Amino acid sequence: MNQLSHPLPAGTPAPNFTLWATPDQKLSLEELRGRLVVLVFYPADWSPVCGDQLGLYNELHSEFHRLGAEVIGISVDGVWCHTAFREERHLHLTLLSDFEPKGALASQYGVYREADGTTERALFVIDREGIIRWSYLSPVGVNPGADGILEALESLQHPAVAGETRSVP
Amino acid sequence: MTRLTLPVSDRDHRQGNHDAPLTLVEYGDYECPHCGRAYPIIKKVQERLGERLCFVFRNFPLNESHPHAEHAAEAAESVGAHGGEKAFWAMHDLIFEHQRSLEDAALGRLAAEAGVAAPAVLDDFGTARFRDRVREDFMSGVKSGVNGTPTFFINGVRYDGYWDEEHLVGELEETLAHLA
Repeated sequence: MNQLSHPLPAGTPAPNFTLWATPDQKLSLEELRGRLVVLVFYPADWSPVCGDQLGLYNELHSEFHRLGAEVIGISVDGVWCHTAFREERHLHLTLLSDFEPKGALASQYGVYREADGTTERALFVIDREGIIRWSYLSPVGVNPGADGILEALESLQHPAVAGETRSVP
Repeated sequence: MTRLTLPVSDRDHRQGNHDAPLTLVEYGDYECPHCGRAYPIIKKVQERLGERLCFVFRNFPLNESHPHAEHAAEAAESVGAHGGEKAFWAMHDLIFEHQRSLEDAALGRLAAEAGVAAPAVLDDFGTARFRDRVREDFMSGVKSGVNGTPTFFINGVRYDGYWDEEHLVGELEETLAHLA
Protein backbone atom coordinates (compact mmCIF):
# COMPACT_ATOMS: atom_id res chain seq x y z
CA MET A 1 0.00 0.00 0.00
CA ASN A 2 2.69 2.44 1.02
CA GLN A 3 5.00 1.41 -1.74
CA LEU A 4 6.23 4.55 -3.43
CA SER A 5 6.22 4.91 -7.17
CA HIS A 6 9.37 6.09 -8.88
CA PRO A 7 8.53 7.67 -12.20
CA LEU A 8 11.34 7.45 -14.76
CA PRO A 9 13.39 10.63 -14.35
CA ALA A 10 14.51 13.23 -16.86
CA GLY A 11 17.27 11.96 -19.13
CA THR A 12 15.84 8.44 -19.45
CA PRO A 13 14.90 7.15 -22.91
CA ALA A 14 11.10 6.81 -22.94
CA PRO A 15 10.08 3.14 -23.21
CA ASN A 16 8.30 2.57 -26.50
CA PHE A 17 4.72 1.33 -26.60
CA THR A 18 2.07 0.25 -29.04
CA LEU A 19 -1.40 0.50 -27.56
CA TRP A 20 -4.97 0.74 -28.76
CA ALA A 21 -6.06 4.32 -29.33
CA THR A 22 -9.46 3.51 -30.84
CA PRO A 23 -11.28 0.19 -31.27
CA ASP A 24 -9.49 -0.29 -34.60
CA GLN A 25 -6.30 1.74 -34.38
CA LYS A 26 -3.04 1.38 -32.49
CA LEU A 27 -0.51 4.10 -31.73
CA SER A 28 3.23 3.72 -31.10
CA LEU A 29 5.46 6.22 -29.40
CA GLU A 30 7.94 5.72 -32.24
CA GLU A 31 5.40 7.14 -34.69
CA LEU A 32 5.63 10.42 -32.81
CA ARG A 33 9.41 10.78 -33.09
CA GLY A 34 10.23 14.35 -34.12
CA ARG A 35 7.36 15.75 -32.06
CA LEU A 36 7.14 16.64 -28.39
CA VAL A 37 4.96 14.20 -26.49
CA VAL A 38 3.18 14.61 -23.17
CA LEU A 39 2.11 11.37 -21.50
CA VAL A 40 -0.63 11.86 -18.93
CA PHE A 41 -1.10 8.77 -16.77
CA TYR A 42 -4.33 9.00 -14.78
CA PRO A 43 -6.09 6.47 -12.57
CA ALA A 44 -9.44 6.07 -14.30
CA ASP A 45 -11.94 7.43 -16.82
CA TRP A 46 -15.00 9.03 -15.20
CA SER A 47 -13.56 9.76 -11.77
CA PRO A 48 -14.11 13.46 -11.07
CA VAL A 49 -10.52 14.62 -10.65
CA CYS A 50 -9.35 12.98 -13.89
CA GLY A 51 -12.25 14.53 -15.74
CA ASP A 52 -11.21 17.99 -14.62
CA GLN A 53 -7.56 17.33 -15.40
CA LEU A 54 -8.21 16.05 -18.92
CA GLY A 55 -10.85 18.75 -19.40
CA LEU A 56 -8.20 21.36 -18.68
CA TYR A 57 -5.74 19.81 -21.16
CA ASN A 58 -8.58 19.68 -23.64
CA GLU A 59 -9.09 23.43 -23.31
CA LEU A 60 -5.38 23.87 -23.93
CA HIS A 61 -5.49 21.88 -27.16
CA SER A 62 -4.54 24.89 -29.31
CA GLU A 63 -1.76 25.90 -26.91
CA PHE A 64 -0.21 22.40 -26.99
CA HIS A 65 -0.55 22.42 -30.76
CA ARG A 66 1.27 25.76 -30.92
CA LEU A 67 4.10 24.26 -28.86
CA GLY A 68 4.27 21.27 -31.21
CA ALA A 69 3.21 18.77 -28.58
CA GLU A 70 0.99 15.74 -28.75
CA VAL A 71 -0.86 15.11 -25.47
CA ILE A 72 -1.81 11.51 -24.77
CA GLY A 73 -3.87 10.23 -21.85
CA ILE A 74 -3.18 6.72 -20.57
CA SER A 75 -5.13 4.62 -18.09
CA VAL A 76 -5.93 0.95 -17.61
CA ASP A 77 -9.48 1.46 -18.91
CA GLY A 78 -10.47 -0.50 -22.00
CA VAL A 79 -10.73 1.05 -25.42
CA TRP A 80 -14.56 1.11 -25.45
CA CYS A 81 -14.58 2.83 -22.09
CA HIS A 82 -12.17 5.45 -23.45
CA THR A 83 -14.37 5.89 -26.52
CA ALA A 84 -17.46 6.59 -24.43
CA PHE A 85 -15.50 8.86 -22.08
CA ARG A 86 -14.02 10.84 -24.95
CA GLU A 87 -17.41 11.30 -26.60
CA GLU A 88 -19.19 12.28 -23.42
CA ARG A 89 -16.57 14.84 -22.41
CA HIS A 90 -15.88 16.10 -25.95
CA LEU A 91 -12.20 15.30 -25.48
CA HIS A 92 -9.87 15.96 -28.40
CA LEU A 93 -7.00 14.10 -26.74
CA THR A 94 -5.78 10.67 -27.72
CA LEU A 95 -6.50 8.17 -24.94
CA LEU A 96 -4.57 4.91 -24.83
CA SER A 97 -5.58 1.71 -23.07
CA ASP A 98 -2.90 0.14 -20.90
CA PHE A 99 -5.30 -2.75 -20.59
CA GLU A 100 -3.65 -6.03 -21.55
CA PRO A 101 -1.41 -6.98 -19.90
CA LYS A 102 -2.93 -4.56 -17.45
CA GLY A 103 -0.73 -1.66 -16.46
CA ALA A 104 2.31 -3.03 -18.30
CA LEU A 105 3.26 0.36 -19.72
CA ALA A 106 2.63 2.17 -16.45
CA SER A 107 4.95 -0.35 -14.75
CA GLN A 108 7.69 0.38 -17.30
CA TYR A 109 7.36 4.10 -16.55
CA GLY A 110 7.37 3.37 -12.80
CA VAL A 111 3.85 4.60 -12.18
CA TYR A 112 1.67 1.53 -11.66
CA ARG A 113 -0.23 1.23 -8.37
CA GLU A 114 -0.11 -2.50 -7.71
CA ALA A 115 -2.48 -2.30 -4.73
CA ASP A 116 -5.17 -0.38 -6.60
CA GLY A 117 -4.72 -1.90 -10.05
CA THR A 118 -4.60 1.58 -11.56
CA THR A 119 -1.89 3.95 -12.71
CA GLU A 120 -0.59 6.85 -10.70
CA ARG A 121 -1.42 10.39 -11.67
CA ALA A 122 1.86 11.15 -13.43
CA LEU A 123 3.14 13.35 -16.22
CA PHE A 124 6.02 12.84 -18.66
CA VAL A 125 7.29 15.28 -21.26
CA ILE A 126 9.27 13.49 -23.99
CA ASP A 127 11.47 15.33 -26.48
CA ARG A 128 11.73 14.90 -30.24
CA GLU A 129 14.39 12.19 -29.86
CA GLY A 130 12.31 10.14 -27.45
CA ILE A 131 14.08 11.16 -24.24
CA ILE A 132 12.09 11.98 -21.11
CA ARG A 133 12.85 15.61 -20.27
CA TRP A 134 10.50 16.17 -17.34
CA SER A 135 8.42 13.92 -15.15
CA TYR A 136 6.09 14.60 -12.28
CA LEU A 137 4.18 12.41 -9.85
CA SER A 138 1.08 14.03 -8.38
CA PRO A 139 -0.79 12.84 -5.30
CA VAL A 140 -3.49 10.63 -6.78
CA GLY A 141 -6.33 12.90 -5.62
CA VAL A 142 -4.77 16.14 -6.81
CA ASN A 143 -5.18 17.59 -10.28
CA PRO A 144 -1.62 18.67 -11.17
CA GLY A 145 -2.80 21.39 -13.57
CA ALA A 146 -0.81 22.31 -16.65
CA ASP A 147 1.79 24.84 -15.49
CA GLY A 148 4.57 22.26 -15.15
CA ILE A 149 3.87 20.75 -18.56
CA LEU A 150 3.82 24.15 -20.27
CA GLU A 151 7.06 25.18 -18.63
CA ALA A 152 8.74 21.97 -19.74
CA LEU A 153 7.40 22.30 -23.29
CA GLU A 154 8.48 25.93 -23.49
CA SER A 155 11.99 25.03 -22.38
CA LEU A 156 12.13 22.60 -25.30
CA GLN A 157 11.12 25.18 -27.90
CA HIS A 158 14.62 26.45 -28.67
CA PRO A 159 17.27 24.05 -29.93
CA ALA A 160 19.86 26.14 -28.03
CA VAL A 161 18.54 24.97 -24.68
CA ALA A 162 17.72 21.43 -25.79
CA GLY A 163 20.73 20.10 -23.88
CA GLU A 164 19.35 21.08 -20.50
CA THR A 165 17.58 18.55 -18.37
CA ARG A 166 14.82 19.23 -15.92
CA SER A 167 14.10 17.21 -12.88
CA VAL A 168 11.09 16.60 -10.71
CA PRO A 169 10.73 19.29 -8.04
CA MET B 1 3.75 26.95 -3.18
CA THR B 2 1.92 27.97 -6.32
CA ARG B 3 1.89 31.67 -7.10
CA LEU B 4 0.00 34.04 -9.30
CA THR B 5 2.17 34.71 -12.34
CA LEU B 6 0.21 37.76 -13.55
CA PRO B 7 0.11 40.28 -10.70
CA VAL B 8 -3.13 42.12 -9.96
CA SER B 9 -3.12 45.49 -11.71
CA ASP B 10 -5.26 48.08 -13.48
CA ARG B 11 -6.09 45.49 -16.13
CA ASP B 12 -8.16 43.62 -13.55
CA HIS B 13 -11.70 43.96 -12.34
CA ARG B 14 -11.22 44.87 -8.69
CA GLN B 15 -13.97 45.23 -6.17
CA GLY B 16 -13.47 46.97 -2.84
CA ASN B 17 -10.50 48.89 -1.53
CA HIS B 18 -7.72 48.78 -4.14
CA ASP B 19 -5.11 49.43 -1.44
CA ALA B 20 -6.44 46.73 0.89
CA PRO B 21 -3.83 44.58 2.64
CA LEU B 22 -5.67 41.45 1.39
CA THR B 23 -6.36 40.56 -2.22
CA LEU B 24 -8.51 37.59 -3.11
CA VAL B 25 -8.35 36.54 -6.75
CA GLU B 26 -10.91 34.11 -8.12
CA TYR B 27 -10.43 32.27 -11.39
CA GLY B 28 -13.99 31.41 -12.29
CA ASP B 29 -16.28 30.07 -14.98
CA TYR B 30 -19.72 31.68 -15.15
CA GLU B 31 -21.40 28.41 -16.01
CA CYS B 32 -19.60 26.30 -13.40
CA PRO B 33 -21.97 25.24 -10.62
CA HIS B 34 -19.17 25.37 -8.03
CA CYS B 35 -18.46 28.98 -8.95
CA GLY B 36 -22.18 29.60 -8.65
CA ARG B 37 -22.00 28.19 -5.16
CA ALA B 38 -18.97 30.32 -4.35
CA TYR B 39 -20.67 33.53 -5.53
CA PRO B 40 -22.81 34.25 -2.43
CA ILE B 41 -19.97 33.03 -0.20
CA ILE B 42 -17.61 35.65 -1.64
CA LYS B 43 -20.26 38.31 -1.01
CA LYS B 44 -20.38 37.36 2.65
CA VAL B 45 -16.59 37.23 2.90
CA GLN B 46 -16.44 40.72 1.37
CA GLU B 47 -19.00 41.98 3.87
CA ARG B 48 -17.08 40.56 6.79
CA LEU B 49 -13.67 41.85 5.74
CA GLY B 50 -14.86 45.21 4.47
CA GLU B 51 -12.07 47.66 3.67
CA ARG B 52 -9.42 45.06 4.42
CA LEU B 53 -10.21 43.10 1.25
CA CYS B 54 -9.92 43.68 -2.49
CA PHE B 55 -11.65 41.06 -4.64
CA VAL B 56 -10.58 40.28 -8.22
CA PHE B 57 -12.42 38.11 -10.73
CA ARG B 58 -10.58 36.55 -13.68
CA ASN B 59 -12.09 34.36 -16.38
CA PHE B 60 -11.40 30.65 -16.61
CA PRO B 61 -14.10 29.28 -18.90
CA LEU B 62 -14.01 25.52 -19.48
CA ASN B 63 -15.74 25.60 -22.82
CA GLU B 64 -16.00 21.92 -23.56
CA SER B 65 -17.97 21.21 -20.41
CA HIS B 66 -19.76 24.58 -20.31
CA PRO B 67 -20.94 25.66 -23.75
CA HIS B 68 -22.12 29.11 -22.61
CA ALA B 69 -19.13 29.96 -20.41
CA GLU B 70 -17.06 31.71 -23.08
CA HIS B 71 -19.84 34.03 -24.24
CA ALA B 72 -20.84 34.74 -20.66
CA ALA B 73 -17.25 35.77 -19.90
CA GLU B 74 -17.01 37.89 -23.06
CA ALA B 75 -20.39 39.47 -22.29
CA ALA B 76 -19.24 40.54 -18.82
CA GLU B 77 -16.05 42.01 -20.29
CA SER B 78 -18.02 43.77 -23.00
CA VAL B 79 -20.46 45.23 -20.49
CA GLY B 80 -17.48 46.45 -18.47
CA ALA B 81 -15.90 48.08 -21.53
CA HIS B 82 -19.13 49.79 -22.60
CA GLY B 83 -20.55 50.63 -19.20
CA GLY B 84 -17.62 50.85 -16.79
CA GLU B 85 -16.58 48.84 -13.74
CA LYS B 86 -19.88 49.25 -11.95
CA ALA B 87 -21.70 47.75 -14.91
CA PHE B 88 -19.13 44.93 -15.10
CA TRP B 89 -19.81 43.89 -11.52
CA ALA B 90 -23.56 44.20 -12.02
CA MET B 91 -23.24 41.85 -15.00
CA HIS B 92 -20.94 39.48 -13.06
CA ASP B 93 -23.58 39.23 -10.35
CA LEU B 94 -26.51 38.89 -12.75
CA ILE B 95 -24.82 36.07 -14.64
CA PHE B 96 -24.17 34.09 -11.46
CA GLU B 97 -27.76 34.70 -10.38
CA HIS B 98 -29.06 33.35 -13.71
CA GLN B 99 -26.54 30.57 -14.28
CA ARG B 100 -29.04 28.14 -15.69
CA SER B 101 -29.95 30.13 -18.75
CA LEU B 102 -26.98 31.77 -20.39
CA GLU B 103 -27.69 31.51 -24.09
CA ASP B 104 -26.84 34.63 -26.10
CA ALA B 105 -30.33 36.17 -25.96
CA ALA B 106 -30.40 35.77 -22.19
CA LEU B 107 -26.95 37.37 -21.91
CA GLY B 108 -28.28 40.29 -23.96
CA ARG B 109 -31.17 40.74 -21.51
CA LEU B 110 -28.80 40.62 -18.54
CA ALA B 111 -26.52 43.18 -20.21
CA ALA B 112 -29.49 45.51 -20.64
CA GLU B 113 -30.31 45.02 -16.97
CA ALA B 114 -26.70 45.89 -16.14
CA GLY B 115 -27.12 49.10 -18.14
CA VAL B 116 -25.60 48.30 -21.53
CA ALA B 117 -27.81 47.88 -24.62
CA ALA B 118 -27.97 44.24 -25.69
CA PRO B 119 -26.93 44.74 -29.34
CA ALA B 120 -23.64 46.37 -28.30
CA VAL B 121 -22.73 43.27 -26.32
CA LEU B 122 -24.06 40.71 -28.79
CA ASP B 123 -22.17 42.35 -31.68
CA ASP B 124 -18.93 41.99 -29.73
CA PHE B 125 -19.22 38.18 -29.76
CA GLY B 126 -18.07 38.16 -33.35
CA THR B 127 -14.85 40.06 -32.63
CA ALA B 128 -11.57 39.04 -31.06
CA ARG B 129 -11.61 42.00 -28.67
CA PHE B 130 -12.96 40.22 -25.63
CA ARG B 131 -12.05 36.72 -26.70
CA ASP B 132 -8.39 37.73 -26.42
CA ARG B 133 -8.97 39.27 -23.02
CA VAL B 134 -10.71 36.14 -21.74
CA ARG B 135 -7.92 33.96 -23.16
CA GLU B 136 -5.31 36.13 -21.46
CA ASP B 137 -7.07 35.59 -18.14
CA PHE B 138 -7.32 31.87 -18.85
CA MET B 139 -3.66 31.42 -19.76
CA SER B 140 -2.52 33.48 -16.78
CA GLY B 141 -4.50 31.03 -14.66
CA VAL B 142 -3.03 27.96 -16.32
CA LYS B 143 0.49 29.30 -15.80
CA SER B 144 -0.30 30.03 -12.16
CA GLY B 145 -1.42 26.46 -11.54
CA VAL B 146 -5.17 26.89 -11.78
CA ASN B 147 -6.44 23.35 -12.22
CA GLY B 148 -10.19 23.82 -12.10
CA THR B 149 -12.83 26.30 -11.02
CA PRO B 150 -13.10 28.09 -8.77
CA THR B 151 -9.44 28.52 -7.87
CA PHE B 152 -8.52 31.22 -5.38
CA PHE B 153 -5.31 33.12 -4.70
CA ILE B 154 -4.81 35.02 -1.47
CA ASN B 155 -2.18 37.73 -1.79
CA GLY B 156 -0.75 35.93 -4.78
CA VAL B 157 -0.54 32.43 -3.29
CA ARG B 158 -2.90 29.67 -4.39
CA TYR B 159 -5.36 28.72 -1.69
CA ASP B 160 -6.09 24.99 -1.73
CA GLY B 161 -8.29 24.80 1.36
CA TYR B 162 -12.06 24.65 1.70
CA TRP B 163 -13.76 27.76 0.42
CA ASP B 164 -16.82 27.93 2.62
CA GLU B 165 -17.29 31.26 4.38
CA GLU B 166 -15.63 30.27 7.65
CA HIS B 167 -12.53 28.74 6.11
CA LEU B 168 -12.03 31.60 3.68
CA VAL B 169 -12.47 34.28 6.32
CA GLY B 170 -10.21 32.32 8.67
CA GLU B 171 -7.46 32.03 6.06
CA LEU B 172 -7.75 35.71 5.11
CA GLU B 173 -7.58 36.83 8.73
CA GLU B 174 -4.60 34.61 9.35
CA THR B 175 -2.84 36.06 6.31
CA LEU B 176 -3.58 39.51 7.66
CA ALA B 177 -2.20 38.61 11.08
CA HIS B 178 1.06 37.46 9.48
CA LEU B 179 1.37 40.74 7.61
CA ALA B 180 1.27 42.74 10.83
